Amino acid sequence: MTGLLAMFRRLEGPQTVGRGPAFWGLFAVVLAVALAYPLFSDGYTVGNTVYFFVWVFIALSLCLIWGYGGSLSFGQTAFFGIAGYGYGILTINFGSAYGFTLIALVAAVAIAALFAVLLGYFMFFGRIAGVFLGIVTLAVTLMLERFMAQTAGPEWHIGVARLNGFNGMSAMPPLTIPWPGEPIVLFADVGLYYLVLGLLVFVYLALRILMNSSFGNVIVAIRENPERAEMLGYDVRKYQLITFVIGAVLAGLSGVLYTVWGQYITPSSMGMTAAALPLIWVAVGGRSDLTSTVVGTLVVLAAFQALTIYGSQYALVFMGVLLVLTVLIAPNGLVLGVMNWLGRLATRFTQRAG
Amino acid sequence: MSLLELRELNKHFGGLHVTNGVNLTLNPGEIHCLIGPNGAGKSTLFRLILGEHHPGSGDILFAGENITTLKSFARIHRGLSVKFQVPGVFKGLSVRQNLEIALQSRHRGVELEAEIGRLLDFLGLESEQAQTAGNLSHGQKQWLEIGMAISLKPRLLLLDEPTAGMSPEETHMTGEMVQRLNADGMTVLAIEHDMAFVRQVAQRVTVLHLGQVFAQGSIDEIVADERVAAIYLGQAHA
Ligand SMILES: Nc1ncnc2c1ncn2[C@@H]1O[C@H](COP(=O)(O)OP(=O)(O)OP(=O)(O)O)[C@@H](O)[C@H]1O
Ligand SMILES: [Mg+2]
Repeated sequence: MTGLLAMFRRLEGPQTVGRGPAFWGLFAVVLAVALAYPLFSDGYTVGNTVYFFVWVFIALSLCLIWGYGGSLSFGQTAFFGIAGYGYGILTINFGSAYGFTLIALVAAVAIAALFAVLLGYFMFFGRIAGVFLGIVTLAVTLMLERFMAQTAGPEWHIGVARLNGFNGMSAMPPLTIPWPGEPIVLFADVGLYYLVLGLLVFVYLALRILMNSSFGNVIVAIRENPERAEMLGYDVRKYQLITFVIGAVLAGLSGVLYTVWGQYITPSSMGMTAAALPLIWVAVGGRSDLTSTVVGTLVVLAAFQALTIYGSQYALVFMGVLLVLTVLIAPNGLVLGVMNWLGRLATRFTQRAG
Repeated sequence: MSLLELRELNKHFGGLHVTNGVNLTLNPGEIHCLIGPNGAGKSTLFRLILGEHHPGSGDILFAGENITTLKSFARIHRGLSVKFQVPGVFKGLSVRQNLEIALQSRHRGVELEAEIGRLLDFLGLESEQAQTAGNLSHGQKQWLEIGMAISLKPRLLLLDEPTAGMSPEETHMTGEMVQRLNADGMTVLAIEHDMAFVRQVAQRVTVLHLGQVFAQGSIDEIVADERVAAIYLGQAHA
């Protein structure tokens, strides 16, 4: 009981922006709006919102590894793709009966995590750090993209699942929850919306607790000064590996949800553009804070989509400009900058009132 | 039994013989100062003891155990701790959080809060606890890092130039801190250029020169040694 209470107290702390009744009140309002919103909207718009939500997990993975841990991974898309393909291969082979799609979701994420254990072990225990970590992770994701892109021939299949090269895999079954009578199929509208929203809230709160725990303390300590962290008795490489694997799980979750959402996955999901975009969302939002990352990702994605209507090339240029502006004006992130400013304003206001 | 024993330790950096057959024994409970001109290999010796560098040959024994091949963090678990020459605090975090990170593996909850408070008091940093560590003065950073190092309750505390950048008063306060720690049973090995500090705390002094143990004895014996004076005179500043 006290353990549970101590855990909930970790929802606030030095590693996360936002505390007190004002913040959690706002959180409750946003959550209530998010819960009610599908009742007042149409299936297409709700499905589009799910699409936005899906990307938040990979953004959070980068926030964790880069923003909190200080290791810039350029290849979170590798785990995204592995999990996405994993889900496709499993469900095309074994179908969706008996709740197997849910098992496939977990298994696909686990495959991505296993891959992260191998890659992470090689990198961290091989003392690859700094810019080299970015290069290695980028190389891995681009290699996977190239590899999957050349699997067009009929000889490339796993069981009955054809890999289909550049065109990617499609027509995998959506998530299906077994139910007495009729199983519930979560198509990319209201059903999937509530599942993804639930996952998002859970992951966000769990990460807040994790980052404000003693584990989170060690992670930021390693970002600030790995040598000092080691000399306080922490096995730095073990902590880096664990963080990397948690990040892979989040990126993998994005990958599976994306695959489930659109019922397709292609090699370009692991390509250069795909790898670069999460970096921009996270940098613009504020990489060292979970809330800034979530808000930043959703805002930038919405803006990107709005601009794509006028042509995708403009949207990409806009992203570049946004990144440069962020680096120049608010290197810690635009959303984080605004939130800190609001925080200071609130403090001044309450001080004057009190 | 000795607490730390270095046996015929050797370390090369390319052609540079930075640690040259060093033998050194520390008795439990002593304050031992390591002095020597710039570039003598003092900090390198610390890094060998801590496992950041690995010796080309020789052995390192801590409390009777051969720790020569042990990983750094494992040596810390055995009871070693260090304050580096260049203060290694977590610059972007608050003073309080710096201490929390150091203390959290031994204490939890209210006990942790109490320990942080006690350490802030010992270091004289209570009013700075909410400050970002990177904004502290050089001397305060030194104290903060000493605080982090002692929060592990080490058996052997390694201090690399703990008073660099401190005023004479601050240096004296640091000396008193070290003596209080020693009175509680902590063995201390300190690299120091400030002779006032060495005179204040050292029970035994070792002089390192060109990677070799050049002389050893009480501070009075060392100061009286003309050979030691000669190697320091060879330096621009001493
Ligand atoms: N990682 C390294 N690679 C190459 N040479 C090094 C390395 N570390 C130290 N050295 C060299 O080894 C010698 C001893 O350095 P060390 O830092 O141990 O000296 P020191 O006695 O601590 O000096 P100071 O009093 O200036 O701190 C110096 O000549 C230094 O340039
Ligand atoms: Mg030195």
